[in-house]
Amino acid sequence: MILELKEVYVNYNHIQALQGISLNVGEGEIVALIGANGAGKSTALNAISGLLKTTSGKITYAGQDITGHSPQAIVRGGIIQVPEGRAILTTLKVRENLEMGAFTRKNNRMKEEMDDIFTRFPVLRAKAELPAGNLSGGEQQMLALGRALMAKPKLLLMDEPSMGLSPILVREIFHIITEINKQGTSILLVEQNAQMALEISGRGYVLETGRIALEDSSANLLHNEKVIHAYLGG
Amino acid sequence: MFLQQFVNALALGSVYALFALGFTLIFGVLEVITLAHGAVFMIGAFAGLTVVTKFNVSPITAILVGMMVSGMLGWLIDLVAVRPLRKRKFHHLAPMIATIGCATIIINVAQGIFGAEVYRFPFDFMPAMSYNFWAIQLTLLQIIIVGVALSLMMMIIFLLNRTKWGKAVRAVAESPRTAALLGIPVERVFQITAFAASALGGAAGVLTGINFNAIHAFMGGPIMHRGIAVIILGGMGDIRGAVLGGLILGFAEIMSVAYLSSDFRDAISFGLLFVILLIRPAGIFGSNLERKG
Ligand SMILES: Nc1ncnc2c1ncn2[C@@H]1O[C@H](COP(=O)(O)OP(=O)(O)OP(=O)(O)O)[C@@H](O)[C@H]1O
Ligand SMILES: [Mg+2]
Repeated sequence: MILELKEVYVNYNHIQALQGISLNVGEGEIVALIGANGAGKSTALNAISGLLKTTSGKITYAGQDITGHSPQAIVRGGIIQVPEGRAILTTLKVRENLEMGAFTRKNNRMKEEMDDIFTRFPVLRAKAELPAGNLSGGEQQMLALGRALMAKPKLLLMDEPSMGLSPILVREIFHIITEINKQGTSILLVEQNAQMALEISGRGYVLETGRIALEDSSANLLHNEKVIHAYLGG
Repeated sequence: MFLQQFVNALALGSVYALFALGFTLIFGVLEVITLAHGAVFMIGAFAGLTVVTKFNVSPITAILVGMMVSGMLGWLIDLVAVRPLRKRKFHHLAPMIATIGCATIIINVAQGIFGAEVYRFPFDFMPAMSYNFWAIQLTLLQIIIVGVALSLMMMIIFLLNRTKWGKAVRAVAESPRTAALLGIPVERVFQITAFAASALGGAAGVLTGINFNAIHAFMGGPIMHRGIAVIILGGMGDIRGAVLGGLILGFAEIMSVAYLSSDFRDAISFGLLFVILLIRPAGIFGSNLERKG
């Protein structure tokens, strides 16, 4: 197991957003985490990333307890989050966003690595010297992914990468995610687009108001009555 | 005559710009209007003066010492007054009031040590050399002031745009949360910013002390008002705005004294700022973007 959450609770003042969730991601897996608005998906990712404190429970990464670690320590360990809404630094240039992706690393190969990113995302090369605020939504998602890759992640946490993108772009992004996974990065994928998420993942969890309601292989979840009814528009 | 006034205005304006640059940097990154920046400026001036009178050092050394002392003071203010509020997620007003408290304490301590009198640099400290270029006479004093202020500003702009940590400062200024997700140590960036910005305030303090040859515990007051005006004029948190705004204010003051009347110096220059703000309410480079998270 690269990542394991055990009975994790997270509160926002009075709201109990996570009520004891347990889940895990195996080495090399894509795991989907699906659920309705407000179910607690982003909260789970932010707890893993160290942005939110857990009130109880344990988060283990590559065999080490990382509960309560700082976001920097977690990034340095190789867990990178691409947050909801992409969180592009709009006042920094596209190139600078990529450089900041590699902030925690010794960057003597920065030029070559950035070139690899530009090869994977040619749109970014053309706009490298522009403020990232000039990018379209799809380009911003590419930048967010490219920036995450600059950190050489071992585990990628993706929060709704399909949000606000056209179906063609969604397919492209999901294709890129599977490629990244094939090259050895484990992925925890949060999505409202359950169909797409379950198609590319091996296993999935369904989160309902802060609790894991279901867990199974993605193939089974795609045929599960409840899932079809609640999340696949069936 | 006009060229001569131009040089005077450049000297005054570049010091305002330097002061405002530190001020706006703290606002842009820490989101605090630090009303202790004037007191930090004053301490820088006294630190420079003290090493000059005690050890007879050169102007440049005095400026460097002023910057170090002010930088450390700014870091300390952040540590004891601003950081605890930041940790508890108070925004804007509470930290601003905390910095008023710091300013009061610092000014009182300075008054306790140095009294209320006005100090001057030793008369042989700054050689009264001057150089003639075409019709203008540049004194060594003016060359040092403009040279130091402009090089410090260019250095800061270079650091922010070209270095890894400078870019990290800009990332935090835009979104501390995103910066944290990238592994940037946000707290350390806050501390570095508080130090560097206060060091600029200290440099401005020493330069002002040399320029007017007058150093006293209350010298930070007038420049605080100007600093606030300048960063509002330039656009809150905007580096170019602070530099340009400082220069504009310097020119407005010198030109109104030279061609109108010294009685109305502040009224005229602040009136000008007011007019600019009527035309551009968010300041010259200001946008009304609120920072995310
Ligand atoms: N900063 C916050 N302060 C207070 N409550 C919050 C905060 N963020 C989220 N919540 C609450 O916590 C619960 C879980 O929110 P979360 O953002 O994790 O849901 P989500 O599954 O990511 O939803 P979405 O699909 O809309 O992104 C919701 O009830 C939400 O209202
Ligand atoms: Mg969410």
